[in-house]
Amino acid sequence: MAQYIPAILEFFYILIGLLSMMTAVRCFKDETNDARIGTGLFWLILGVIFAAGQLMPYVVSGVLLAVIGVLTLFKQVKIGKIAELDEEQGQRSAETLGSWVFFPSVLLAIVAVVISYTPLGGQVGIGVASIVALIVAMIITKAPPKVAFDDTDRMFQSVGTTGILPQLLAALGVVFNAAGVGEVISQAISGVVPEGNRLAGVIAYCLGMMIFTMVMGNAFAAFTVITAGIGVPFVMMQGGDPVVAGTLAMTAGFCGTLLTPMAANFNALPVALLEMDDTNGVIKAQAPMAIVMIVIHIVLMYVLAF
Amino acid sequence: MEWIKLIGILIILVGFMFKFDTIAVVIVAALSTALVSGMSFYEFFTMLGEAFVKNRLVTIFLLTLPMIGLSERFGLRQQAVILIKKIKGLTPGKFITLYTALRELAGLFGLRLSGHPQFVRPIVNPMAQAAAKHTYGEITREDEDKIKARSAASENFGNFFAQNTFIASAGVLLIYGTLKDLGYEVSDASIARMALLVAVIALVLSALSNWLFDRKLAKKYKKMKGE
Repeated sequence: MAQYIPAILEFFYILIGLLSMMTAVRCFKDETNDARIGTGLFWLILGVIFAAGQLMPYVVSGVLLAVIGVLTLFKQVKIGKIAELDEEQGQRSAETLGSWVFFPSVLLAIVAVVISYTPLGGQVGIGVASIVALIVAMIITKAPPKVAFDDTDRMFQSVGTTGILPQLLAALGVVFNAAGVGEVISQAISGVVPEGNRLAGVIAYCLGMMIFTMVMGNAFAAFTVITAGIGVPFVMMQGGDPVVAGTLAMTAGFCGTLLTPMAANFNALPVALLEMDDTNGVIKAQAPMAIVMIVIHIVLMYVLAF
Repeated sequence: MEWIKLIGILIILVGFMFKFDTIAVVIVAALSTALVSGMSFYEFFTMLGEAFVKNRLVTIFLLTLPMIGLSERFGLRQQAVILIKKIKGLTPGKFITLYTALRELAGLFGLRLSGHPQFVRPIVNPMAQAAAKHTYGEITREDEDKIKARSAASENFGNFFAQNTFIASAGVLLIYGTLKDLGYEVSDASIARMALLVAVIALVLSALSNWLFDRKLAKKYKKMKGE
């Protein structure tokens, strides 16, 4: 079965591409959006890269990404007219559906996990589970396809440009890696961290993730750089399990997110939303937990990865 | 002059600090790093395109959005409120812990909530404040602020430490993709299982911290009443 996995995944990418193109068409037609051309282009380009990325020369995708960068730089990608949620409809539906409204989400997780234990693997599982859960959701809610398309468009547009950021950061990691950025960082670190000392490597990886995330405000961006520069040479190559080390490194980074005003969405936004007196109140409330968690991460990685 | 290769990191730092557009900053950082290390424009765009296309997996969570959108329309949030309101007699600490637990559960099922505007402001904080008033009577403005901060923090704890328990989360797929690019073939399900351990620990620690908070409040307001 395993030989079909790339083909099945390609099918899912084409599906995402088509949905993205549907959003593109809606954006092009949306007269209320003053950036409708740019927004439409963004979704069209994304759709083309997803659906046809494997058929086109890679250089074309690379240039198209640069076009996306120019569009977002000049603020030409904006949320246009989307199908807003209706509070009353939600309330009525909650009364009739009750907790069944959670069923499609639960089903999504269950199907995805079950398939991840078959030879098809977790990635195919996500795709299959998404489709199964959507069909079940449409049956339960009796939503016509038009509503499903409207909501898909709403979700796509609200996820928007930040949705592709993790994928773009993964690509950035590949470029950094090819350029040897990781080697430069590991050379700098090797002056501080004694070679072959696993504990020192683990501490450098976890603290590196935390500090870098604090400065950049984004654990995803830190992950690609710090994993290549510190994780691989000082933990994985000393025999550390990549799954354990990589997974813990990511949440070690999140400890940094809890501590930094750079992560405005998480730490400054609630201060404003809750009308708090102390602008650093949220960070102060999180600091003890973040510090305890980073210590726990170091201990866990040292004990479990080796 | 190896150090010049770090220019991309510097660009990202400066770009994020001054809040320039993130996508543009990332692309400029990648381009500058490639150019200083001797790649041509053509080589750079090929590499960027190839890396992006090969990492499409990281964005496969888009496929889960149609179902989540529909669930939202048909009362997902409203039903959550109904369930929470059924539980009575809670202290602020216990209520905030309950929210962290629910938030972690949502993460396990891949629900991508933007919790602060959707839950913390309209539900979590008002209910935690109500629980405080109910348990201790009038509280000081300072304690009110502390409860606000804890309500906001509970959302971040639940969100950060549990999101990777869902195998289709962007975090898991990024870990998977990065490790693969670095030559380590791993399974995404094992990443999610490892993340589950972190989620459980975070929940236990939050519960402990909220319990201590409750105790402090109880002590303080009992003493004040006694005087």
